[in-house]
Amino acid sequence: MAMTMTQKILAKHAGLPEVKAGQLIEAKLDLVMGNDITAPVAIKEFEKAGFTRVFDKDRVCIVLDHFTPNKDIKAAQQSSESRAFAKKHGLTNFFDVGNMGIEHALLPEKGLVAPGETVIGADSHTCTYGALGAFSTGVGSTDMAAGMAAGVAWFKVPSAIRFNLIGKLRPWVGGKDVILHIIGRIGVDGALYKSMEFTGPGVKELTMDDRFTIANMAIEAGAKNGIFPVDQAVRDYVKDRVTRPWEAFEADPDAEYDEEITIDLSEIEPTVSLPHLPSNAQKVSQVRGLKIDQSVIGSCTNGRLGDLRIAASILKGRKVAPGVRCIVIPATQQVYLDALAEGLIEIFVKAGCAVSTPTCGPCIGGHMGVLYKGERAVATTNRNFVGRMGHTESEIILASPAVAAASAVAGVVASPDEL
Amino acid sequence: MKTTGTVFRYGDNVDTDVIIPARYLNTSDPAELAKHCMEDIDASFVGKVQKNDLIVAGANFGCGSSREHAPIAIRACGVSCVIAGSFARIFYRNAINIGLPIMESPEAAADIKPGDQVSVDFDTGLIVNETTGRSFQSAPFPEFVTNIIRAGGLLNSLKERGV
Ligand code: SF4
Repeated sequence: MAMTMTQKILAKHAGLPEVKAGQLIEAKLDLVMGNDITAPVAIKEFEKAGFTRVFDKDRVCIVLDHFTPNKDIKAAQQSSESRAFAKKHGLTNFFDVGNMGIEHALLPEKGLVAPGETVIGADSHTCTYGALGAFSTGVGSTDMAAGMAAGVAWFKVPSAIRFNLIGKLRPWVGGKDVILHIIGRIGVDGALYKSMEFTGPGVKELTMDDRFTIANMAIEAGAKNGIFPVDQAVRDYVKDRVTRPWEAFEADPDAEYDEEITIDLSEIEPTVSLPHLPSNAQKVSQVRGLKIDQSVIGSCTNGRLGDLRIAASILKGRKVAPGVRCIVIPATQQVYLDALAEGLIEIFVKAGCAVSTPTCGPCIGGHMGVLYKGERAVATTNRNFVGRMGHTESEIILASPAVAAASAVAGVVASPDEL
Repeated sequence: MKTTGTVFRYGDNVDTDVIIPARYLNTSDPAELAKHCMEDIDASFVGKVQKNDLIVAGANFGCGSSREHAPIAIRACGVSCVIAGSFARIFYRNAINIGLPIMESPEAAADIKPGDQVSVDFDTGLIVNETTGRSFQSAPFPEFVTNIIRAGGLLNSLKERGV
């Protein structure tokens, strides 16, 4: 039977010749990941159930990224518990302050995910690695505990929506605009339970950073995962990062899809999502002029080098508008170093931005830029739910790094070509 | 594995907040959670539900937050199975992981009325409405899901398998 790309990866990891949508399977995992919020819960359950060892110390990964460097005593406790577990079990891939990064930017960068692999993470944006042609999805704490113990997880095989990308992106339009546009079109449950498979000639127009951003937000359309084909850009990305063998999977030409949606990249304008749902997508040209108090450039969605380059190209020689706080957060130590070497950090600081060590920070209203009542931020993050960045009466407008940087300079929601 | 019981029937989009309201999440003790199960949608549920009874609902059962407290509360009430037209993704995972049997059947969900006697055979996937005599075929659980449920949860089942 013909299978989608996701179904092929799952069949392989379940040791089955084929799988079909709706089937329940048990699949071998290549990596199990948790962070400083979710790992402690899973660790408790792991220990309560009496497990004494992890299935593979190279394949259980913990990243302390949410409330780190620890923002308060509770956060310090969570990090401490994670640290103790990582030490006890000799986890190879434990990332603490000083060498960590935001998990979904860090794992691909460190070569911990390769095409065709199956990954679970106790964090909903684990779907990011679909950009590499891997199957990855977010799960609950019991799943993480079980994955750590046994290296397996069960899955209900998803059906898929096929997104046929055509055309070329316009200037100042990137992956973020594409995914906000798509979510605006299909809604926050438009892909509920399904795979979003991105294909078509437009894929090659997207950089790896664009693809990570798009796959990252598949969950914002309710999807189980988002996935891209393994083309030359993916091969180049993993070339010096992944040394173990990996396999590229392709959807069968006659695979069945629930729906096929064509997205003409050339029609997409700089796009933002207004409060309080990622699906409230609007063209910047229609909402320009909304006053902002803060601009956040970072997160697992848009904190990569390509994102910072775009932001810096706009902020270079300009100043953040009076009354606006612009916070720039490189997603990983490597991104930070590269940005330093390229002079981007200097550009940000000279423009009047605050540049931080990698952290999730403001994305979840944790620290490093929490909003007060009545304040409004433009952010390159992925969720603009009520209270996500702080006070329940604050607002978040989701945007690309280009729009976030231009808005920081303008003091209002703006697109770079208006500066 | 088979179960028979009386049905409590609810509609579409029963969310995790009505299954177990957030104000009770300061505990994860199943017995405590059970006292407030379904409270915001059916205050009489806890007083009436008996061991082995079933919950039957429409589409998207368990939508909302990823709290594992929701299936824990339902199981702790003695409910033997939830049948729904469909389940929200994380609830579905969490229910099986903590050992609460769930069955997807839009046909059964549409037919079954409150108070009906319903039996479910988890091995064959056959749902029988004993009150009306009508039966519905749902997908049976694969062996490892049956094992999870029989063991009382994912972690216990892994232990049993000697992991
Ligand atoms: S940056 Fe935000 S969305 Fe990404 S992992 Fe951190 S908290 Fe989650």
